[in-house]
Amino acid sequence: MTAIDSEKVRTTTTTTTTTTGAGASAAASARRTPTPTPVSEIRARRPQSARSRIGTIVWYVAVTVLSVITIAPLVWTLSTSLKPATEILAGALNLIPSNPTLDNYLSVFEDVPFGRYFVNSLILGGGGAITNVFFGSLGGYALAKLQFRGRAGVFALFLSSLMIPGIVTMIPTFLILRGFPLFGGNDLFGQGGLGLLNTYAAVIVPGAAGAFAVFFMKQFFETLPDELGEAARIDGASEFRIFAQVYFPLAKAGMAVLAILSFQAGWNNFLWPLIVLNNPDMMTVQVGLSSFVTNYETSFGPLMAGTVVASLPVLVIFIVAQRYIIEGVAHAGGK
Amino acid sequence: MSVQATTPGALPPGALPADVVESPSAGAGTRRRRDAANGKRPPHPTSRQMRRNAWIFLAVPLALFLVFMLLPMVIAAVISFTDYAIVGDTEWVGLENYTRIFQDSFFWISLRNTAWYTLLYVPLGLVIALGSAILLNRSHRAVRLFRTLFYIPVVSSTVATATIWYWLLNPQKGLLNVALGWIGIDGPAWLYDSQWAMPAIVLMSVWAGFGANMIIFLGGLQGVPGDLYEAARLDGANAWQQFRYVTLPSLSRTTFLVSTLLIIGAFQVFDQAYVLTKGGPGNSTVTMVYYIYNKGFGALEMGYASALSFVLFVIILIFSLANARLSNPRSDAADRRRARRHDRKAVSAR
Repeated sequence: MTAIDSEKVRTTTTTTTTTTGAGASAAASARRTPTPTPVSEIRARRPQSARSRIGTIVWYVAVTVLSVITIAPLVWTLSTSLKPATEILAGALNLIPSNPTLDNYLSVFEDVPFGRYFVNSLILGGGGAITNVFFGSLGGYALAKLQFRGRAGVFALFLSSLMIPGIVTMIPTFLILRGFPLFGGNDLFGQGGLGLLNTYAAVIVPGAAGAFAVFFMKQFFETLPDELGEAARIDGASEFRIFAQVYFPLAKAGMAVLAILSFQAGWNNFLWPLIVLNNPDMMTVQVGLSSFVTNYETSFGPLMAGTVVASLPVLVIFIVAQRYIIEGVAHAGGK
Repeated sequence: MSVQATTPGALPPGALPADVVESPSAGAGTRRRRDAANGKRPPHPTSRQMRRNAWIFLAVPLALFLVFMLLPMVIAAVISFTDYAIVGDTEWVGLENYTRIFQDSFFWISLRNTAWYTLLYVPLGLVIALGSAILLNRSHRAVRLFRTLFYIPVVSSTVATATIWYWLLNPQKGLLNVALGWIGIDGPAWLYDSQWAMPAIVLMSVWAGFGANMIIFLGGLQGVPGDLYEAARLDGANAWQQFRYVTLPSLSRTTFLVSTLLIIGAFQVFDQAYVLTKGGPGNSTVTMVYYIYNKGFGALEMGYASALSFVLFVIILIFSLANARLSNPRSDAADRRRARRHDRKAVSAR
């Protein structure tokens, strides 16, 4: 195994960025057409020694096996969701349904208010994305580009909050939302009503300026040159104007990644909506899906259709923007 | 990873910043030093305005931090000493909740289950993430495709993933047991067998999460200087030796980050157990967060549940710190020790 070849280590970055294509199919077609990947092209033409050829074969086998393991469950889910009930039981392993049908999808939306759940999830995911990008950018900008006493302390505060497990703040946050003054029938002292419980705000507000968003945008703004802002400041531009007109256009890429990550987190969120949204009308796709597992114990068709529907938005976004998402995660995680 | 994503802005899987494990104010410190070098606080015409603007920009994030992070921590600490139950009178019970924890057999069951999950999940997750990262750390046109394929499960929610696995793990018709049947193995009943339910959940979690950690490892691998491998090869090191003496030591920081993330995630496992097994069969998958959720929002014993959550917090903290000690000696303490030994040898040679 020569996967840890020094030359390869250095060239990986360049080759991975040259291969274009959004998603599996595009990347697969890119393999057939000669894309500009000079290094590997030259390597491929060079006569290989028997040993490195065996190495390449072993590599292909390994990654193919891993890919099949990661993808097979998803493909199988899709195929099962398109099978009529009888075929699910009889030909459980047939990859391609012999009588493809959309009945399972229809029953998901007819038997359960899944459309309503879908809209709820969209609002929660979208709301989380918008608020996080907005407040995360403002906070991140201040921490990266403005000098003020206490900056190190504020930053340390945000960072340390990333270490606190969500379970510790879960019950008190629930109580704070329930006792939120002047909302949901509450009086000035937060008594008498349900506060923010059973509202979209109960999910969106506590995470509206997540520490991660602030941190992520701070990292991003730091990659932009200080000089631009200083020049504008000398010209007498206000700080908001500098933020809005100088840095905002440059930070769009970072904001897009943060928006996607926030949407994804909001869409996939499970435990928190389960706790603060008790009204059936407020249920999210994930909570709805989890109740399927017991409701539809034997009818796997609708269950799999619901799973596909629940995964679709994030999957589509991921396939469109996978390069930026993966690089964004790598940037935030590995730095 | 479950509870970490309780709020929309919370951490996406595998995105804990590396700075967390270092001194948090490192970046700001250098800036301050630069200021000091320029003479105390550069006299800037708009510096007072700038300070004011900074606080305006930070107002909402800070307000939310105070209301939804700091205040909850304080409330959690306070109610963990009471018998708060939403309904009825609340009394101060002192340490009673904490002493009760140690006599609560369900707590020990949930702790044992969580430990069992962690013990299986963390090493497996680490090895598979590192292995797949090494596989993909080469220049090859197909690398991008595979990177995407390995990452796709990460994007799906735990609930969707759990639903898929609920079907995969079906004892009779599930893909897993059918595939095992092909090679002559009679698969267990998985989620219906108290011995196999937890390993099944671990299997699912590894499948769902390794892509995110693989990306972090890939980042780490690309930071390993190529000369180290060249030097190792010149010294006649084989592939295993290169991995053992170059790759692993160079990755110690990344490994620490990933293992910390895995441990924190493992101790907070909830979604999978909730969707797949509801804690069963025979309580074999009641995890700590599941138990806290049940106590707090099922039995409404919020005081007791808060005490439980603080105990979990302390356990996570201890393991994170222990992990820091185990992962880091290679980079710091061991280096220093090695250097000292080297110095001594040099002195005695002279």
